[in-house]
Amino acid sequence: MPLISRDDVAHVARLARLDLTEEELDRFAEQLAAVLEHAADLATLDTAGVSPTAHPFPLVNVLRADTVGRSLDRDEVLVMAPEAEDGRFRVPRILGEAP
Amino acid sequence: MTTVTTTSWEMVVGLEVHCELATATKLFCGCRNAFGDEPNTNVCPVCLGLPGSLPVLNRHAVELAMRVGLALHCHLQPSLFHRKNYFYPDMPKDYQVSQYDEPLNVGGALDLPDGSRVGVTRAHMEEDTGKTTHVGGGGGRIHGADHSLVDYNRAGIPLVEIVSEPDIRSAEQAKAYVNELRAILVAIGASDARMEEGSLRIDANVSLRRTGTEALGTRAEIKNLNSVRSLGRALEYEVRRQTQRLEAGETVVQETRHWNEDEGRTSSMRSKEEAYDYRYFPEPDLVPLAPSEEWLAEVRAALPVLPADRRVALAAVTGAAVTDASVGIVVQLGLDDLVVAAVHAGAGGRLALNRAANELAHGVAPNPAAFAKVLQMEGEGRLTATQAKTVLAELMASGGDPEAIAAANGFEALKGDVVAAAVDAAIAASPGEWERYAGGEAKLAGFFVGKVMAATKGKADGKAVTALLADRLAARSTGENW
Amino acid sequence: MTAAVEIARNVRAGSRSARDVVEEHLATIAGREAELHAFNLVLAEEALAEADEVDRRVAAGEDPGPLAGVPVALKDNLCTRGVPTTCSSLILEGWRPPYDATVVTRLREAGAVVVGKTNMDEFAMGSSTENSAFGPTRNPHDPSRVPGGSSGGSAAAVAAGFASLALGSDTGGSIRQPAALCGVVGVKPTYGLVSRYGLVAFASSLDQIGPFAGSVADAALALEVIAGHDRADSTSIPRPAPSLSAVLDDGVEGLRIGVVRELVDAVDPDVGARLSAAAAALEAAGAKVDEASVPAITFGLSAYYLLATAEASSNLARYDGVRYGLRVDGDDVGAMYGATRAAGFGAEVKRRIMLGTYALSAGYYDAYYGQAQRVRTLIIRDFDAAYASYDLLLAPTAPTTAFELGAKTADPLTMYLSDVCTIPSNLAGHPAVSVPYGRGDDGLPVGVQLLAPALGEATMFRAAAALERSLAL
Repeated sequence: MPLISRDDVAHVARLARLDLTEEELDRFAEQLAAVLEHAADLATLDTAGVSPTAHPFPLVNVLRADTVGRSLDRDEVLVMAPEAEDGRFRVPRILGEAP
Repeated sequence: MTTVTTTSWEMVVGLEVHCELATATKLFCGCRNAFGDEPNTNVCPVCLGLPGSLPVLNRHAVELAMRVGLALHCHLQPSLFHRKNYFYPDMPKDYQVSQYDEPLNVGGALDLPDGSRVGVTRAHMEEDTGKTTHVGGGGGRIHGADHSLVDYNRAGIPLVEIVSEPDIRSAEQAKAYVNELRAILVAIGASDARMEEGSLRIDANVSLRRTGTEALGTRAEIKNLNSVRSLGRALEYEVRRQTQRLEAGETVVQETRHWNEDEGRTSSMRSKEEAYDYRYFPEPDLVPLAPSEEWLAEVRAALPVLPADRRVALAAVTGAAVTDASVGIVVQLGLDDLVVAAVHAGAGGRLALNRAANELAHGVAPNPAAFAKVLQMEGEGRLTATQAKTVLAELMASGGDPEAIAAANGFEALKGDVVAAAVDAAIAASPGEWERYAGGEAKLAGFFVGKVMAATKGKADGKAVTALLADRLAARSTGENW
Repeated sequence: MTAAVEIARNVRAGSRSARDVVEEHLATIAGREAELHAFNLVLAEEALAEADEVDRRVAAGEDPGPLAGVPVALKDNLCTRGVPTTCSSLILEGWRPPYDATVVTRLREAGAVVVGKTNMDEFAMGSSTENSAFGPTRNPHDPSRVPGGSSGGSAAAVAAGFASLALGSDTGGSIRQPAALCGVVGVKPTYGLVSRYGLVAFASSLDQIGPFAGSVADAALALEVIAGHDRADSTSIPRPAPSLSAVLDDGVEGLRIGVVRELVDAVDPDVGARLSAAAAALEAAGAKVDEASVPAITFGLSAYYLLATAEASSNLARYDGVRYGLRVDGDDVGAMYGATRAAGFGAEVKRRIMLGTYALSAGYYDAYYGQAQRVRTLIIRDFDAAYASYDLLLAPTAPTTAFELGAKTADPLTMYLSDVCTIPSNLAGHPAVSVPYGRGDDGLPVGVQLLAPALGEATMFRAAAALERSLAL
């Protein structure tokens, strides 16, 4: 049985906000299964009591002073926007409240 | 509303309070942390989430979060920022940076003025989102809008989310919790805690359970509570709603509900989206936060005296109970130093508390010497209660000297013997009523006070009259025993 | 020729103008760029203006900087203010960052002249530069072959003489593997040595910027300029840039160098033969060379593809059509997201976003992402154990020489295996350099890798310089 089903792939595509075609769903299901099968070797390693590494170089408490720096001019901000209105970024209607 | 039996159900509430920290700049960049500026003017590559930009943590934001933790008696621990992944237009990176399973502050508590204690599960740091305006459709609401506009000035402003244990049992207690929390946040300089500007935001988790049982019921999360009053109303509504369901044999659905202030009801916020899966993982662009003992000691040393401790001190000075409502009000108003000074100047503790709590709530408090003077005059019977209140009001409005204000108003409380004479005259004039009063009809005291007031044109002190009546009654009893 | 050290020396001395240097390089670009497609954008006019500014400084007696007049090419995932930065993706087409990456600022302050933005695998995801939305780059040694990737454009630009230096980014080998395939020097510094501020992120805990150069000395000079602490990057190591140019002649006498057994078996025989030759040369130069073992690195590829894709799935969420870049309209914001991302990302980027999203999703985090992070710890431990006995490690850079275009595009896993020798250094956060060391049976360049523990750049460069000298003998 493959490690990831076509339904899983469709679910993940929704989470990742990628509209995939039927053909892409099929192809990714196959390819991701192959990669996950290769990655299954990780499960054979005994990692009990091994702490995870999130940062390769251990630093702590990297902080900045609370002093005001330069913000961008609004013109250079909104010129990037696909659509702007009234000094703001315009988006199509939103169907649900923020979680 | 049909009648429901609420007596057999107990309300269980936990609150999540988001508080914007009073820093000069945002959590991860040098853009200004300001309310009400022109849209998208306090933004930079970092808080806009532009490709290639990286966050750097604001030291002062951390210190304010540490103050919050210390003030709430939390355990402060090493912490890690995570990314909470979900798509929403107000989030520039489509993830929120937040302390997830290793928050800075855990296991604290908040002591309320009524003596109850509410546990604080955690108080963690995170970044705020931008602000969305909905255009077209009805009244700026999201539903039915044609499109929306996003302003990222608020994106990246530092927040502390304070999560309580489900220890709250009434709407009143919930309101007291928020009021006390606000007082603390303001006192320690962590936040201006203005709900009307969104710098303090509340979500409430509400469930019911059979009185006397332990297990928690299914909860609903109430959002959009924009004032303490809304919180109280929403909780009362929600309890009625859940009670009706449970009484009808239905279940409460675990969901997020939106409080509508105008309609006075909550409604389900279920969206079409499938359940969120936030895919938390450690934020690789930030390193762990591990406040040293020295740093903690420094922050602790800079903390002011907290409201709960001020209540204890005030109660001790005034002789009132620490749970006395006036003690709580005076501390909340920040008038405890004034009351303590007045008591040290010779004023009665109870009187000072009452006058401060009731007469000084609005406007500029009088200077300590003037306040103490008014209390002293009232205590000596030179001013009636009504007259003292008038003098205090004038002091607050325009300042000045209490003696001069009293004189200008023609206030001169009657000398004790004049009042006594009026009392004796009233007793003599109404022997029948006096007999009945002596026989136990206590409400007739008001009859005699009224007579004396009429005879003295209101200049007698009501309390003094009552005391004199009691005195005469005692003398009468003693006489009979002979 | 185009040695950066020499150009800078001459320009600083006033014996050659920066304009002359840049014009010569622009002419070389004009001659072969159509064939190779190393660049997404050539900045001819801007480069000439910058060169003139360098010449003005020299004429005015000001210090024009250690890279005065040196033409550099920038991988197109390094932000350049006002200049399109595309990551070779449709989703960023036309986007002009309002700011410069820290490395770009440092290069300019050092007097370097930016000649263009180089082609790459989209968002640095690939090992052949075929995953570019704007078409592949070709290998200057054989245009029917790939230059490697993902920084294939930068590697090809240096190999073709389009620029003396180029910057790339290396998440799993994206500097060293194309350097090997194009026959140039490529350096992945210690994680945190070079600021990532302004590098469009692929996998934040693995990404490092580094130089491509025609020689070890040029690479050392470039790294000295771009390295060093930057407050804008929280993961930047708070130390000054290391001194590298000064140690290049120090030799390898007495250095203990271990050949990584687990990686020797992973490569073609002709590549393995060049590795043996390199080991022998180091030994001849006075190093003590024998076989070392880093057992856990055989799990590196698996751990890497879970960690890198997981971080990428989050880093690439922001390309949603709201604030910048491509938008494909939709009836509501969710539809707009899905359509924009479907149209804007290429197949490999989608595949990795999918894999990474899956690795982080509810119920799978611990088995995939969590386990990969723990394996990362094991790999670091095994490296530490090896470095208790060795100063440096020696390994092949890539399993093969440059392969034909299209040879590996059908099967992602085969392509991923191109990085098996380079990935361990990224997981450990350690530095590594690929040095060209002769040619394979097909006449194409072969690279060998020197690996060092964190902040071991100076020793690593000493050995790299010794290797380079051994070839010239």
